[in-house]
Amino acid sequence: MNSIKKLLGYVWMIIAPAIICFLVYEAVTKITASSEATRSNVILQWVIILLIFTPICVGFFIFGKYASEDAYAHLPSNSEELEN
Amino acid sequence: MNGTKQPSKIAFVIGASSVGTLIEWYDFYIFGMLATILSKQFFPADAGTAALLSTLAIFAAGFIVRPFGALVFGRLGDLIGRKHTFLLTLIIMGGSTFAIGLVPGFKTIGWLAPILVLILRLLQGLALGGEYGGAATYVAEHAPEGQRGFWTSWIQTTATLGLFLALGVIILIRSNQGVEQFSAEWGGWRYPFWISIILVGVSVLIRMKMSESPMFTKLKSEGKTSKNPLKESFGNKANFKMVLLALFGAVMGQGVVWYTGQFYAQSFIETVCKIDFIQSRNIMLVAILMATPCFVLFGWLSDKVGRKWIMLIGMLAAVLTYRPIYKEFINITSASNRTQIVDLRLTNTITAFPIIDTKDKTKLYIKQQSDTTYLDGSVFKYFKTDTMILVSPVDGTRPLTLINPDMIKYKSPKPNVVVEKTMGRAAYWDLIWLVFIQIVYVTMVYGPIAAFLVEMFPTKIRYTSMSLPYHIGNGVFGGLVPFLGTLIVEFTKSPLHPNGDVLAGLWYPIGVAAVCFVIGIIYLQNKIDKDVMD
Repeated sequence: MNSIKKLLGYVWMIIAPAIICFLVYEAVTKITASSEATRSNVILQWVIILLIFTPICVGFFIFGKYASEDAYAHLPSNSEELEN
Repeated sequence: MNGTKQPSKIAFVIGASSVGTLIEWYDFYIFGMLATILSKQFFPADAGTAALLSTLAIFAAGFIVRPFGALVFGRLGDLIGRKHTFLLTLIIMGGSTFAIGLVPGFKTIGWLAPILVLILRLLQGLALGGEYGGAATYVAEHAPEGQRGFWTSWIQTTATLGLFLALGVIILIRSNQGVEQFSAEWGGWRYPFWISIILVGVSVLIRMKMSESPMFTKLKSEGKTSKNPLKESFGNKANFKMVLLALFGAVMGQGVVWYTGQFYAQSFIETVCKIDFIQSRNIMLVAILMATPCFVLFGWLSDKVGRKWIMLIGMLAAVLTYRPIYKEFINITSASNRTQIVDLRLTNTITAFPIIDTKDKTKLYIKQQSDTTYLDGSVFKYFKTDTMILVSPVDGTRPLTLINPDMIKYKSPKPNVVVEKTMGRAAYWDLIWLVFIQIVYVTMVYGPIAAFLVEMFPTKIRYTSMSLPYHIGNGVFGGLVPFLGTLIVEFTKSPLHPNGDVLAGLWYPIGVAAVCFVIGIIYLQNKIDKDVMD
């Protein structure tokens, strides 16, 4: 199980930046395709989406990094372990 | 100490915490429930879908700031205590909700109206971000050993009951006032916001009688409280890795399942299936009422079998059945799929006199209402508005005046048709069961989550550590379900398919819940932490 956890850690590390790239690509495509009348609304929507999901993807990348480093091989059984 | 807690004391703790949390949820949800009316009141009258999307964006903004509220008030709760912190969040929430009800409409103060509403909505989000973690922590720290899932599940019911209360109050006022009076600038839609101040006042009085959490009091007397909860929660890898695991392995999936079952479902049956305002809300009310005891059931069960599997089974069920459920929504409410004999169909059409546009005298509106009654008792109302434009018979250009009627003819662009469906008894109950199933999923993922989060983190940084993943999962991943769902459907629209794929919005919650399920199944453990005193 630990090797699966570790291996999937690399998968999460790849998925996180891939999601950001996908969102940026979609944002550019949708903003370019929008009409003059709706452009400001479309830009606002995508700015909100990118501002929210970019830090979450960074967190997901860190999660993947921890997993790839075997940080989740053992989960703490008491609070003292969390303070180390 | 924990195991000898008197039942009457824990009942008071649960009651006092739950009432306040319930009111905060009520305050938070009335905004979403009234989104269509708010978009008309606080945005330009001709903005249409853009206004609704902007209102949903303001609604979503309230969710997005919840993690910041979690950081601000979570830190405060770990520094000065749980009681005073969630008293403060309650007052902020009540005050900002009441104030939303006082903001004049766009007609009166222009763009200042949506700006003020946005600021108040952000305050609501911040307050809620601090409230839930405090209440869940407070109850869990009072709960007897081996019953943490059961007792915290009462707090979990408050989010759903808050939604129930919001729906109930809105239906009651709207039924008494009628649509026009309810939707006017200073109409009945404001009353649910004003009522909040009374509810919050009562709740503040109750909460002031509560004592501080025994675990926090003990830590404080020993001088062991955290000096810097933010640094200890997120600057320490051992704890931060658990914050990330809580978010990606449990709460983000729970968040999308919650908001799909209780918000997206209502939005879908109202805007896609075109069920009328009152009936769509009645469907939600009955389904919520029937499913709410399952929160306590699954909370109790999680004390026996562990938290992990109950939550993950709920997520998996949602992933596998959302699309069939929503397809069934469409089938049940479709005119073409109804059980009927066309020859016996009763159609009643009323055509009104033409109305001249108040600004453009060359425009006329002809409104027509057509009611179709089906054998199963369903009534579909079609409100058709034909716009007639007066044009010159000579060159087809817009003229003209009404002074020389001999020189003009009518031209009718595409009519606007609004459909409003009231379903017969059998179809009505079919819809209730479909919503009920989704809310049972909600109870599976949400019932055990407070106990699960409380057990993950130590007392001195518990409020901060559990609040952040909870509010990112629910506020951001969950809160964005209606907004992103609507947006994804918009993307699928094209000139060939003007309605787009109405089920496409489900891919967002399905995708998030599926990833969360995989992470949860591989990385989470099913342990019940007996001692949360450390």
